[in-house]
Amino acid sequence: MKSPYTEKVIEYFKNPKNVGVIEDADGKAQEGSPACGDMVKVYIKVDEEQVIEDIKFESYGCASNIATGSIITEMAKGMPIDDAKKITWQDAADELGGLPPVKAHCSVLAIDGLRAAISDYEERHGLIEDKEPTTVEVVEDRLKRVMNPMTGLDVIKTDLIHDISVEEGVVTIYVDLDEEHQFANAIKEDIKEKVEPIWDVKKVEVHFEGD
Amino acid sequence: MIDERIYLDNASSTRLDERVMEAIKPYLYEKYAVATSDFGHTMGVDAKEGLESARETIASKLGADVSEIVFTSGNAESSNLALKGVMGAVENKGHLIISAIEDFPVLHTAKKLEKQGHELTILSVDKDGFISLSDLKDEIKENTALVSIQHGNQEIGTLQNIPEIGKLCADEGVLFHTDATHTFTRVPIDVKYVDLITISAHTIHGPKGIGALYVSDGVKLEKQMEGGFQEKGRRGGLENIPGAVGFARAVELVDEEENERLKEMRDHLIERIQEEIPDTTLNGSREKRIPQNANITFHYVEGESITLHMDMRGVAVSTGSACFSASLEASHVILGIGGDHERAHGSVRFSLGRFNTMEEMDHTVEHMKEIVGRLREISPLGKEVKK
Repeated sequence: MKSPYTEKVIEYFKNPKNVGVIEDADGKAQEGSPACGDMVKVYIKVDEEQVIEDIKFESYGCASNIATGSIITEMAKGMPIDDAKKITWQDAADELGGLPPVKAHCSVLAIDGLRAAISDYEERHGLIEDKEPTTVEVVEDRLKRVMNPMTGLDVIKTDLIHDISVEEGVVTIYVDLDEEHQFANAIKEDIKEKVEPIWDVKKVEVHFEGD
Repeated sequence: MIDERIYLDNASSTRLDERVMEAIKPYLYEKYAVATSDFGHTMGVDAKEGLESARETIASKLGADVSEIVFTSGNAESSNLALKGVMGAVENKGHLIISAIEDFPVLHTAKKLEKQGHELTILSVDKDGFISLSDLKDEIKENTALVSIQHGNQEIGTLQNIPEIGKLCADEGVLFHTDATHTFTRVPIDVKYVDLITISAHTIHGPKGIGALYVSDGVKLEKQMEGGFQEKGRRGGLENIPGAVGFARAVELVDEEENERLKEMRDHLIERIQEEIPDTTLNGSREKRIPQNANITFHYVEGESITLHMDMRGVAVSTGSACFSASLEASHVILGIGGDHERAHGSVRFSLGRFNTMEEMDHTVEHMKEIVGRLREISPLGKEVKK
């Protein structure tokens, strides 16, 4: 069969490794969104030496997304988190014998997923080195990873966030959407999932104030 | 595992029927001359007879006059000629209306005309892909020169109501073009409602590189391809006589029995998938649909992954997923009927042709069940539904 993919990509696509969920994960993350295209979830289990002892992923994506998810979980398994953080898209592509450049967007999601899962772990375990107090900008940056299911773009870009306040560890986010809206709950969950892990955030309140 | 490949991408192009090849051959090896005037040499006259007899076959299938058929290099050229030809013939600039789910030859030509100073209105469609007649009526204005609404959709198979659109356009004094690339010989069309019709051979087991534009008597068209005086001055360039002869033979070979058989296979495929694979959505109208198309979204999985798995099992299908397209954009047709990227992401088009069998439909369903099942195991979505 003629294919733009290497044999190794096809092999991982057909038989992906480390697929699944770690129920008691130490760190987990979701990248992408079903509304905009590919999506990937990464779960990690980290031992006391800060080494990734187990890693699993799930993919709602194309061949390069599945293959990249598979290869990076293999690469990261047994690696100290500080090294795993440094795995790049190019490293994964090289390991796979090359990836079509046009597929970078789909495959980079898996790398983002791994990094975000490690950050999630670090945040949950107080390992962030530069512990700058959280500002509105930091929260806004996090919200760029929350997708607006109606458009497939993030909630900042689509002007869904009306206001953000940060006061003594309490982050209050005002969403320009009716509470009864079909996606209100999903967006709320997503926001909490992205903002709660920040080291000095004690509480996240999401208010809907659309009409 | 079956040995033979299953080709379900007939909307993209079809396998040439051997009987078409037999009809073409003499025009490549013996009657290869250029179609000359009646006063030319015998070989030229022979060639011309082939061309004109092909024109007659196609005209008669459409219920048109031979003078109303202009041969082109295919559906893209036909639609280019229709849109650019009509808009080029209006004084100053005019207004053009198309639907949001037209195939690229119409969509991109219309957008180009807009850049050149014409006005363009793109009509949205409903969840099944139908335009609204009242919307169309509202959009027609004084300078509207042309309405171009396809007959059957290339991806989701939805059939527009050609007589109603045609009557409206006639009442409003506006020309009406329809792209019938996916319906010619498969779904009847009455030329009395239409001024211009795009048709093509490659979708009906004819050769690639030949199509035609039906141009109703009296329609003013600006020539787009300069050359000689071929096609009554409407399209210059050497006539593709082997192609035209092949096109005509392909038209003759389609009959109602075949269209019924395609419908049965299509329905079988749709019904089995809907019954045996959970969480699917049929894209396009269930009732008003071309006989040879099924387009289904398999939720929680991605289309390129499906097509790749299918290809490894010898089944050729297509998808509206952004990951599959050259522009990395999700299908404008699927977005047009729902505005939802998720629906495009897992959409698969099965387009049937003469050489498909009912057995192949069953094999396809079996493959799809396994593939979708495996991909859903990998997917983070849809787990709640299963629990």
